[in-house]
Amino acid sequence: MTTAQPMTFRTGDTPLPDIVILTHKLARDYDMGGEVVHALRGVDIQIRRNEFVAIMGPSGSGKSTLMNLIGCLDTPTAGEYWLNGQKVSDLSDDELARIRNKEIGFVFQTFNLLPRATSLHNVELPLIYAGMPAQPRRQQAARALERVGLGDRMAHKPNELSGGQRQRVAIARALVNEPSILLADEPTGNLDSATSAELMGVFADLHRQGQTIVMVTHEHDIAAHAARVVTLRDGLIATDQRRAA
Amino acid sequence: MRFAEAVRLAFQTIRAQKLKSVFSAVGVFIGVAFLIGAWSIVNGMNVYMTEKFAGTLIGVNTFHLRRRPNFTPNVSDSTWRAWRRRPRISFEDADAVSNGITIPVITAWWSEDRGDVEYGSKKAKQVSLQGATERYFDIRNIRIEQGRAFTPQEARGGTTVLVMGHDLADKLFEGRDPLGKSVRIHGIPYRVIGVAERRGNLLGISLDKFVIAPAVSPIQREVNPPGVIDALMVKASSEVEMREAMGQVEGIMRSRRHLRPHQDDNFVLETSEGVLDFWGKINRILLAVGPGLVLIALVVGGIVIMNIMLMAVAERTREIGIRKSLGARRRDILRQFLAESATLAAIGAVLGVATGIGLSVALNAATPLPASVSPVSIALGVLLGAGVGIVAGVYPASRAARLDPIVALRQE
Repeated sequence: MTTAQPMTFRTGDTPLPDIVILTHKLARDYDMGGEVVHALRGVDIQIRRNEFVAIMGPSGSGKSTLMNLIGCLDTPTAGEYWLNGQKVSDLSDDELARIRNKEIGFVFQTFNLLPRATSLHNVELPLIYAGMPAQPRRQQAARALERVGLGDRMAHKPNELSGGQRQRVAIARALVNEPSILLADEPTGNLDSATSAELMGVFADLHRQGQTIVMVTHEHDIAAHAARVVTLRDGLIATDQRRAA
Repeated sequence: MRFAEAVRLAFQTIRAQKLKSVFSAVGVFIGVAFLIGAWSIVNGMNVYMTEKFAGTLIGVNTFHLRRRPNFTPNVSDSTWRAWRRRPRISFEDADAVSNGITIPVITAWWSEDRGDVEYGSKKAKQVSLQGATERYFDIRNIRIEQGRAFTPQEARGGTTVLVMGHDLADKLFEGRDPLGKSVRIHGIPYRVIGVAERRGNLLGISLDKFVIAPAVSPIQREVNPPGVIDALMVKASSEVEMREAMGQVEGIMRSRRHLRPHQDDNFVLETSEGVLDFWGKINRILLAVGPGLVLIALVVGGIVIMNIMLMAVAERTREIGIRKSLGARRRDILRQFLAESATLAAIGAVLGVATGIGLSVALNAATPLPASVSPVSIALGVLLGAGVGIVAGVYPASRAARLDPIVALRQE
């Protein structure tokens, strides 16, 4: 195993073109009723295009906070965050929404599908917010579902699908906009081990096709599917190791 | 997200949550139905009062010289007693006025009471017995369908002839020809010389149950003490001339009764406006109270919608989080919830409009009121309803839009 950081980054620099994610001294404080909690204390991480990275760490290590920041759901207290050559750490709410829409595909532990909507409509959602007209939107969503093997489940609602199928709908939804990164938060947390293995197969395929994947997990055997494992402890990076290919 | 998308989504959500949607639409529904219904009723009553009621009872450009007002909404006892002490309108008064007016007018004597009319063994009770002079038919626009009206000679001579209303003729003669037949009023025989055209009814009371005989015929004894009449009717050809004629009549009557300048008239000149005055008072009350009630219904409807939308936002916090994580901007969420509440309100408003129209149609069919739905009230109803929906939706929608996606996603 080797250390993964490719080069040093200083404030004022711009990332190299093949760096999809770059954080520089990224910090996030929470004000918990007068007491300030330092969830992240200055994280430097660079992720190249087509990397498959697992982020690990015990609870309270800051991995969820890092996940939210990378996913543009949250903004840092200090430091820089560059996504795909664009500095997103100081963007407004609506600009962050646009980034989430175009650049990031989320896969959540609890799937987070709309319960009353069909698979197709769930997959359509990002395209709706991208402003795509109904006709091409439906076609593109249908293609995304077919890619994950759910072409015959388009009219089904989430409660008519198995856990694995739901997670695949979520993956189809995450990828329908062809985002720069697939961001998975404990994607196997609600799945049995057989289905988990299947899902990791899907991730491996996507990775082979060139998809950048960042996955938060606390399971070592799941993290083992990734080519690089970053471990957080107390808001800082403890280890950052690349598996020999 | 475009507007059409938001509305489509709103319909989906409304379909998925039927009961809640019904409740929130009900408030607006009631408000709008009430607005349109009440509006059409008031409108209908207005038309009815101005065109039919006043026109039928008094007539256009016509005034009545009477001892006291006939249409009296509510007067105090003392006023009433004062009116009863006034001298009646005598034959001499009527003649003096008719001869004294220099404006071209037509005049007629008129008196009325209720009594029985008999033909053979048949008896019609509570018939309007009217004593009049020949121009009465012109003033009241009573057309003769069969036979003729009485002549000036018959009127002056007090001949025992009469014209009867259609309903009365039907009742007494049951389809046989009434002309030339002899009917009895208080034992005195009168010859039927005419039947008037059907006039319909007024507030459900038949206008065709009457007899009209010459004022100085024996019918005089049925309707008034000797030598007096209920009213002298004066019809001018225009409003202006009617006003002028009224001035002259007042002068003639005051001098005949030797009234000093400081004394009030002890007679009254009643026009259809007098009747409408009474209606105007009711109308003003309705116009003051109506909008208030509509407003209350709409405010209540708005509060219901706001509550339900707040509940919806709380319930769907996670959905909002998911949508935000997928790239929904604040304005997308705002639009979604606004569209939902506005659509709910619009559904309520449309149903309200339909019910309001139904109400007015039913009223039209069941009562003599010509209730008519005004397009303005429909537009206003829909506009107000949807407006309430939007206003009530703003607060919940902006709360939804401001939700932090991380917090929203964490919610179970």
